[in-house]
Amino acid sequence: MLALFLRETRLGVRAGSGALTGVLFFLAVVAVIPFGVGPDLNLLARIGPAILWIGALLASLLGLERLFQADREDGSLDLLLLTGHRHMTALTVFVKCLAHWTVNVLPLVVVTPLLGLFMNLEPLGIAAATATLAVGTPAITFIGAVGAALAVALPRGGLLVSVLILPLTIPVLIFGVAAARGAVADPDPFLPPFLILAALMLFFAVIGPLAAALALRWSGD
Amino acid sequence: MGAGMTDANPQATTLSGRLTALANPTRFIALADRLVPWLGLLALAILAAGLYLAFAAPEDYQQGSTVRIMYIHVPFAWLAMFCYSLMAAAALGTLVWKHPLADVALKSAAPIGAAFTALALLTGSIWGKPMWGTWWVWDARLTSVFVLFLMYLGIIALTRAMDDPGRSARAAAILTLVGFINIPIIKFSVDWWNTLHQPASVFRLDGPTIHPSLLWPLLICAVGFTFLFLTLHLMAMRAEIWRRRVIAMRRLSARAAERAAR
Amino acid sequence: MPEPQDEMRLIAEELSGERGGETVFSGVSFALGSGEALMVTGPNGAGKSTLLRVLCGLLPPAEGQVSFSGGGEDWPDSAAACHYLGHRNAMKAALSVMENLAFWQRFLGNPHLDPHEALEMVGLDGIGHLPFGYLSTGQRRRAAIARLLVSYRPVWLLDEPTSGLDRASEKQFAELMGVHLEDGGLIVAATHLPLGLNGARELAMRGAEL
Repeated sequence: MLALFLRETRLGVRAGSGALTGVLFFLAVVAVIPFGVGPDLNLLARIGPAILWIGALLASLLGLERLFQADREDGSLDLLLLTGHRHMTALTVFVKCLAHWTVNVLPLVVVTPLLGLFMNLEPLGIAAATATLAVGTPAITFIGAVGAALAVALPRGGLLVSVLILPLTIPVLIFGVAAARGAVADPDPFLPPFLILAALMLFFAVIGPLAAALALRWSGD
Repeated sequence: MGAGMTDANPQATTLSGRLTALANPTRFIALADRLVPWLGLLALAILAAGLYLAFAAPEDYQQGSTVRIMYIHVPFAWLAMFCYSLMAAAALGTLVWKHPLADVALKSAAPIGAAFTALALLTGSIWGKPMWGTWWVWDARLTSVFVLFLMYLGIIALTRAMDDPGRSARAAAILTLVGFINIPIIKFSVDWWNTLHQPASVFRLDGPTIHPSLLWPLLICAVGFTFLFLTLHLMAMRAEIWRRRVIAMRRLSARAAERAAR
Repeated sequence: MPEPQDEMRLIAEELSGERGGETVFSGVSFALGSGEALMVTGPNGAGKSTLLRVLCGLLPPAEGQVSFSGGGEDWPDSAAACHYLGHRNAMKAALSVMENLAFWQRFLGNPHLDPHEALEMVGLDGIGHLPFGYLSTGQRRRAAIARLLVSYRPVWLLDEPTSGLDRASEKQFAELMGVHLEDGGLIVAATHLPLGLNGARELAMRGAEL
């Protein structure tokens, strides 16, 4: 399993463009918002966490459809499925998700503080936004794995994956933004939504890989 | 279907195999043919009675005649959820028992469910305009139904994207179940989000306080629309089975042409 | 190499397979013991590839069943006991040949030959450091064949294994298969070219009848 993780991260780093595109997309989305709502710094500070979250959500959907498609195209997927008795398929999916997150989504979390400055967030708000993204984005990857597995055989499944999983990510978005705002907006709490967010992430970490493994098993052709 | 070492009488095995495969849907179609007219008539009769009662029912002292939208809005909303539950049950049927009719049921229910959900949103919006003064509020209940509508559309998109009925059935089943597991979470989070954001006071129709003179027509309408849904669903399933047969026959004739050309 | 106590057998009973909801073959039965090879021949569309995928459990059989016995705890079923070499090589173009092989060895378990040795066996020694994407078609195929050697599996399911190979490599591969059979392995190969295996049985698939 460690071998699989290393292979996936190595592949992701060698291909390189995936993570960079994601970060650029994130940057572009966040940079476009002030042009839409106006350069009012107070307003930006108020909606900043939400913008960061929506940008990260969309950016983390970008490379998802390749999660299993690349393996299917070169035949690796067959072998990954065949070793089901040795490594539970759901665990294989889980490790692939982790590697995908490390390579493609973690950079988004890393650049979040920088973008937070653009959004006129105070330091505490930046820390909160980064922390919620670090905890919440794995949930998006795990639930996205289901979409990627369902659309694995479709030649242009990318958009479909996003359409399928966006409704399912609404709870993650709600609690992520709530926690990020809660840290700075005084009456709102930080810890309860943050803990719910963590619970959601753990929940999706279980059902996402399980459902994706089931979908992959049956996608055989 | 030929294969070298032991093929005693391949023709017979495939023929019988094909017959058993067809038996279930064939019997289903015969049943559906007999049921559909009766169910349809029953639905129309109950709906006629329900709608008559709805118009005979007293007006609401606050809302006036507008309250009558409730008699179709509430059944639509009920069917939006009923249909998704039915699809989740069908998804279990596909995944666990691999029942051939289950995926037909799921696939043909999705557009009907989406239509009822859209109607629920539409009637809710029309009802909301005079009540709230706006077409749409981000109320917890409306938002949840809207997300449900998006999930219906996702399932429809997925079933339409794949040609192979077997594979698309399993994919749709998994997506339906994952969505079903998520519905309570979405509902909970939307409720939470809504209380956090302190919405403008929104008119709420609380179940138990409704007056019996309004409740009876509502229940009858709900039953009527449910029968209407079942009729439509049976018809859609029948059409889907026919569609699959046409596809299978076209494949066979393509095969036959290829063989004749050899 | 683990030596199971009793003889291993791969048995197919009245198998039929479907692809895209359409039956492509039916009524296939055979029993294969240790040291035996089965050549599956037939025209395009006769269901050779589908048969192999059903045998290793990637596709469920439409009818009938596949069983594998005598494998002990290491190889409880055919999915566990088989190496599957499909049309595609299951190698990543961005990784070097060695990295690819080392990964599959660790992931598949039951290490057999060292990746260096395996590459030598297929005549690819000295290019292990090159990215897989730089290799020619024949070299890629041979690298994929080396994958069969780095981890041990008693059953080899080979789908057109020699496609893209030249005459010399074909001969080399025939020798490798011979060694595997002598060790008590089993081979099922779908092919329309003779593989140069002596004493292999043949299963002729004819296209699906109407």
